[in-house]
Amino acid sequence: MTRIAVVDYGAGNLVSIEQALSAAGADVVLARRADSFADADALVVPGVGAAGPAMARLRRRGLEVPIRAWIAAGRPFLGICLGLQLLFEGSDEDGAVTLGVLPGRTVRLPDAPRLPHIGWNQVERRHAHPLFAGIEEKADFYFVHSYAAIPASSANGLILAETTHGGRFVSAIARGSLTGVQFHPERSGRDGLRLLANFVEIARGAGAAARGRPAAARAR
Amino acid sequence: MLRVRVIPCLDVANGRVVKGTRFVDLTDEGDPPELAERYAAEGADEIVFLDIDAAPDGRGTLLEIVERTARRAFVPLTVGGGVRSVTEMRDVLRAGADKVSFNTAAVRDPGLVRRCARRFGSQAVVVAIDARRRAGPDDPGGGWEVVVKGGREATGIDALAWAERAVAAGAGELLVTSIDRDGTGAGYDTPLLRAIIDRVRVPVIASGGASGPADFVAAVRDGGASAVLAASIFHRRRHSIADVKAVMAAAGIPVRVAIGALA
Repeated sequence: MTRIAVVDYGAGNLVSIEQALSAAGADVVLARRADSFADADALVVPGVGAAGPAMARLRRRGLEVPIRAWIAAGRPFLGICLGLQLLFEGSDEDGAVTLGVLPGRTVRLPDAPRLPHIGWNQVERRHAHPLFAGIEEKADFYFVHSYAAIPASSANGLILAETTHGGRFVSAIARGSLTGVQFHPERSGRDGLRLLANFVEIARGAGAAARGRPAAARAR
Repeated sequence: MLRVRVIPCLDVANGRVVKGTRFVDLTDEGDPPELAERYAAEGADEIVFLDIDAAPDGRGTLLEIVERTARRAFVPLTVGGGVRSVTEMRDVLRAGADKVSFNTAAVRDPGLVRRCARRFGSQAVVVAIDARRRAGPDDPGGGWEVVVKGGREATGIDALAWAERAVAAGAGELLVTSIDRDGTGAGYDTPLLRAIIDRVRVPVIASGGASGPADFVAAVRDGGASAVLAASIFHRRRHSIADVKAVMAAAGIPVRVAIGALA
C-alpha cells in the first residue's frame, strides 16, 4: 500500500487531509519527526498562517533539513497553501527565511480587491500534469490566504496553474513529482479529492519505480 | 474569478441540529455531520456550526461533531459559539474546523482576536457582529449598535466602529447579522452591510433576514457582501442551495455551480 506521510508541525487542521488521502487508498501517517517519514512513498506538507512561526516549528522539530533532503532526492512531495509557499526562498509576510528549495519569493497578493482571498476560485492550468488528471479545466478550488509565491523568472517552468483575484497569482506548481497547490484540495469537494487521489497515484508510481531498482540505489 | 459563497448555518445544541426562533421553541433536526454532508452535496460553499448551547461541559460533544463532519464533508467548516481562549480555538481547529467565529467573547476582550490571529493567522479568525438599528428597525439614520448574547444584551458600542476595530485586531472576515431582520424574512439589512463593507478590506458575510433567492442577490448587489449566510430557508427546504445559486447566477453574480459532494 502506498504510504503517505503528512507532516504534523502544529499548523492547523489535519483531519480532512488525512481522511481524503485515506479515501484515495493511501496508508496515511502523521509525521511529527523525520524518522516517521523516512520510509514513506510521499510527503505532504500542509499549513496555514504565517511563514515565520511555521518555519520556527519545523526547525524546532528537526524537520527542516530532512524535508530539504527529501525534495533534493526527487521524491514525491505535495505542499498545500503555506506548504507551497515554504518551498521558496523567503516571505514578505514577516521576512521569514523559508526552505529555499525553489527560486522565488512569497509576496502579498497584488491588486486584490479584498484580503484575505477566501472562497472558491478558478484554477487555470498552463500545461497538463497528472496532478490534475480527470479534472475539468478552470475547475473551482477553495482558497484562504493573503500571500502567494512568485517563482523567479528563471523558474517560470514551475508554474502549473494560475488564478485571478484582482491580479493573477500562481495557484499550482510542479517539477516532476514535486508539486504544490495554493488552494486547499482537502476542502475543495469532489475535485479536491480527485487531485489528492491523483497525488497518491503519482506516489504509487514513484514507489513502484524505486522498488524496481537495486536496494543500494534506494538507500541513497 | 472569486465566487460569492452561499453558506448554510446549522444551530447546534446538545450535539444535535436544532431550529427555532431565537433560541426558543427548539426542535430536533438531526445529526450535524449528516446534515453538513447533505448541504455539501447540494453545493454549500462552506458550513457554519453555531453552538447555541456553548456550555463548558458540552465542549467534548462539539469537538466530536466537528471531527465527524470533517471526515465526511470536504468543504470548509467554521465553528462559532463559546470559544473563549487560544487553547479552545486550537482544540476546535485540531478537531477539523478551518475557522472559528467570535462574538460576545471578542466584544468583551478584543485582545482575544489579536492573540488568536497571531497564533493561527487572520484567515482562521472570524468576528461575528450582531447589529441593531438605533433609531428603530426601519430607520438606518441613527446607525447601528452591537448587541451580544444572541441579541439579548445591548452594548452601546457602534457597530461600524467595532467592525473597524475587529479587523485592526486581526479578524480576517466579518459575519454581520442584522438582529432587526433575523428571523423576520424581511431581507438582509443592505445599508448595514454597505456601511461596514465601505470601512473594511476583509470579506464580509451577510446574515439575518433571508426569505428567498432575491434577498441573496440584494445582499451582494446592494450590500456588497462576499458571502451570504442563511439558516431557516434551507432547513425548511423552502429553497435549495442550488435554487438560490441559479437565481444569483441569472443576476450576473459569480457562483460555484459544481457540486461539492464526496467523490
